[in-house]
Amino acid sequence: MSSVLFDVPGPKARTRNVYLSIITAIVVVGIIAFILYRFAQTGQFTAEKWQIFRFPLVQQTIVTSIGATLGAFGTAAVGSLVVGVILAFGRLADRRWISVPCYWFTELFRAVPLLILMMIIYYGLPSLGVEGITPFTAVVVGLVLYNGSVLAEVFRAGIESLPRGQREAGLAVGMTKAQVQVSILLPQAVRAMMPVIIAQLVVILKDTALGFIVTYNEILFQATYFGSQVQYGSPVVPALMVAGVIYVGLCLILAGVAKWLERRLNRSTRVAKAKTALARVDLAEP
Amino acid sequence: MDTLINNLDLFVTGFKNTGILFVVSAVFALILGTIVAAMRVSPVPAMRAAGTLYVNTVRNTPLTLILAFFALGYPRLGLPEINFMVAAIIGLSLYTATYVAETIRSGINTVPVGQAEAARAIGLPFGKTLSLIIMPQAFRSVVPPLFSVLIALLKNTTVAAGFSVAEAGAIRANLSERGEPQMVGLLWVALIFIVLVLGVLSTLQRYLEKKWRVAR
Repeated sequence: MSSVLFDVPGPKARTRNVYLSIITAIVVVGIIAFILYRFAQTGQFTAEKWQIFRFPLVQQTIVTSIGATLGAFGTAAVGSLVVGVILAFGRLADRRWISVPCYWFTELFRAVPLLILMMIIYYGLPSLGVEGITPFTAVVVGLVLYNGSVLAEVFRAGIESLPRGQREAGLAVGMTKAQVQVSILLPQAVRAMMPVIIAQLVVILKDTALGFIVTYNEILFQATYFGSQVQYGSPVVPALMVAGVIYVGLCLILAGVAKWLERRLNRSTRVAKAKTALARVDLAEP
Repeated sequence: MDTLINNLDLFVTGFKNTGILFVVSAVFALILGTIVAAMRVSPVPAMRAAGTLYVNTVRNTPLTLILAFFALGYPRLGLPEINFMVAAIIGLSLYTATYVAETIRSGINTVPVGQAEAARAIGLPFGKTLSLIIMPQAFRSVVPPLFSVLIALLKNTTVAAGFSVAEAGAIRANLSERGEPQMVGLLWVALIFIVLVLGVLSTLQRYLEKKWRVAR
């Protein structure tokens, strides 16, 4: 690999790089080996700790909990995209009585921690007499309010990064402002901002794990429940390992789909790359 | 207002612990993140691979799971005991460091190519090119995204409340034990976070952005 940051390595540098590579490999393998050694020493790999995962009922529960996570993710993702588009249009509106409330809405909901938002919905609203708040609604509404606000900023930055001529041309051929927004600017903005949108979707997927704290029956909640089963030797570490593998797997699948989608979309785009590249850096919100 | 004043002790300890979590984790995350970013652009293939592996694994794991591991799993490994606060700091630092690393790496990409070429032309090795020429400029250009990472860290500290750390996110549970209205307490917590994020951190970001702007 050649990089602007360093010269093409000569014979001396190549030898040095080999030594450094070996040292790095030893350190990394050492850390992993130490963790595995501790796991093995404390009996995390014994059959006793893993037997709970052999029961069909337990496996079924895990599948159900994956479904619960994906259900919350899907609903929240669609909701956030819709809310995001609406808020972005609201912020770009000419009338101040629309744009100012939308501005404050996005700013406020981005500033409140998502967990506090979920707690307000789950513990706070019922005390005010609102009925029918399930953990699912708390998780989804919290995710939609927060990520909708973040995505609104993303869409807005995407629309503003487009060349002005796009909007002017649309207006010149007689389209209304709303038509220009929806059929000229939004599709291009979505394309330009695809990587950020996908990154935000991964964030939504990860944040469903917060449902654990408001007792939503998702993967992590089930995992800690299995982990607390004393009659199977409290397999906390095995259960968390299973949950971790599932989460990383789901996120990687989502990221893979995203890459594929981006490549497809990139086949025929001429969006202002340099400008959006800078705008993108700004917007990642873990 | 009564809820806030009558339970001021809860709010003060809660936000004090949030502050400790935030500052300590931020320092560790910035240090670790910078090192990982440097590893990811280094000429040594194994270092690049190690950095990529770490970032891709941790970034795709929910923070809640990482904290759960350090709070619930770690004590079973027979290693030196740590309290929940330290566990939360380790989890938050490891998680945030990946975001810091990615942000700084994107900052390295925004530094004009000529800077690195000039550094190489006068014979600086990789370490010096990076630490003397590239990093100072990269840091300045990523002040806004770095602050969004720090703001996210401040908000993420509330997740530690789920794992026995008495910080701002845990105020609700304590209030409900005292029989105080939960909604009012939660709205106060939310308001304080809004002030911290919009009032303090965003102002600091604008100030540093202006002060450290790179003339190009």
